[in-house]
Amino acid sequence: MIYFDHVSKVYSPTSVALEGVNLTIEPKEFISIVGQSGAGKTTLIKLLLGEDRPTAGKVFFESINVHELSAKDLPAFRRRVGAVFQDFRLLPTKTAFENISFAMESAGMSEEEIEADVTQVLDLVGIVGKAWHFPHELSGGEKQRVAIARAIAMRPDVIIADEPTGNLDPMNTFEIIKLLEKINDLGSTVILTTHNKDVINGLNRRVVTLEGGRVVRDDKNGRYVL
Amino acid sequence: MEHSHNHTPTMLRRMVKNGIVAFWRNGWVTLATILIMVLTLFMAGSLLFSNVLLTSALTNLEGKVDVSVYLKTSADDKEISNLVKSVSELPEVGGVEYVSRDAALAQFKEKHQDNSLITRSLDELGDNPLGATLNIKAKDLSKYEAISNFLEAGVFASIIDRVNYRQNQLVIDRLSAILQASRRGGLGISLVLAFIAALVAFNTIRLAIYTNREEISIMRLVGAKNSYIQGPYIVEGILHGILAAVVAMVVFYPLTLWLGPKTEAFFGGPNLFDYYTAHFFSLFGILLMVGVALGATSSWIAVKRYLKV
Repeated sequence: MIYFDHVSKVYSPTSVALEGVNLTIEPKEFISIVGQSGAGKTTLIKLLLGEDRPTAGKVFFESINVHELSAKDLPAFRRRVGAVFQDFRLLPTKTAFENISFAMESAGMSEEEIEADVTQVLDLVGIVGKAWHFPHELSGGEKQRVAIARAIAMRPDVIIADEPTGNLDPMNTFEIIKLLEKINDLGSTVILTTHNKDVINGLNRRVVTLEGGRVVRDDKNGRYVL
Repeated sequence: MEHSHNHTPTMLRRMVKNGIVAFWRNGWVTLATILIMVLTLFMAGSLLFSNVLLTSALTNLEGKVDVSVYLKTSADDKEISNLVKSVSELPEVGGVEYVSRDAALAQFKEKHQDNSLITRSLDELGDNPLGATLNIKAKDLSKYEAISNFLEAGVFASIIDRVNYRQNQLVIDRLSAILQASRRGGLGISLVLAFIAALVAFNTIRLAIYTNREEISIMRLVGAKNSYIQGPYIVEGILHGILAAVVAMVVFYPLTLWLGPKTEAFFGGPNLFDYYTAHFFSLFGILLMVGVALGATSSWIAVKRYLKV
């Protein structure tokens, strides 16, 4: 479903983020990408989202070459890929509801559909009562739930979670990971990057380890080894 | 995505709504932006008002200039009416005032009625020593030369005693140069000031949107279309322009009320407050147009920067 074909990203001769990465991700997989800071995890995610271009190699999403998408087609592609980040990236002047509905409005969905879908995802992540709160009125865990709700609202094929628990306490970390597993059970592919050992060991799913921009390990039922 | 094309009114309504909501929620940024826009529009309005004053002052000044043609006493009525007729028909001439010999005498007597020496001399003379006079106003200052040449060299030279253009030529030329320079200078200064004001407003909006660049990138990341991201910012820019135009018009009310009598006395021009009330809707229209155009284009350009892939 997602295929990294000999992908390299070189920022400068002394700063190589990725080097000849080959990686295949199957539909409905739950894959964790681990590695130390600077190993290339975030670069990998950015390339998949079309936020950055590879220096060499190709990134495919099904039959689509992500970096050959035109500016006009990129939004529709991004609505098929939900993303969650360590720093939440919520729109500060929009309420939880509006943060989730924004992309749906842009896609031209009707008010009824939006209302129904947003309520459903808010229920799924467990913060129905906070729909009309602004991000600054929410706790870290609640913000990340809104971000996850936003990511899944468009029913994407893939959820990318880039260190989603980096800013959360163990309790919230546990619940966010459980939420991602639930989303995976509902049929979405989940790509998780993290350097939280407990999270990886608790998941017991595929783990890809990056080191210095290369894939050094790819285990089916991986444990955190570094 | 396929059905979004049929939803233009819905999308437009959503963008307008989002723009209004953002305008309201941005609070201080909105206030600061409007303040700068008010200053810009205030500058634009002030330039319009100064232009009105300058134009009327210059026109007044120009109207004070004329040339007088003193006719010989021997000139008969038929020759004079021919002269008046042909002068009036000259394309350069704006107006001709004819003062007959009798009228000239009456004016002269009235002017010197307290001087017994002159009145007595006139009585003793018995005959009217004054010739008739033509006061000619040209359409503009540069035309006096041509008119004088026509009078001095033409068929009417025989009945003309003298034309006072030659003694006043230097003054007229100099005045003409000053007026022309003032008009050009006024226009030049206006354009420069208007440009600076527009630049300040443009950069204020750019700065406001620069602080939003993170949000714009998030909107792109969640898959919002560029036009859908840009729309609300343009709506916000338009709202800034509208509100700034209203505030600027309100500010001009007490200001022109206060300045009106002063400028009227100084420039001899129209009372600015009368001008403000008489042209209220066209002034408001101009400020509104400038404000909205400035707000919308500034936002459009500023957001565009952050929408590149």
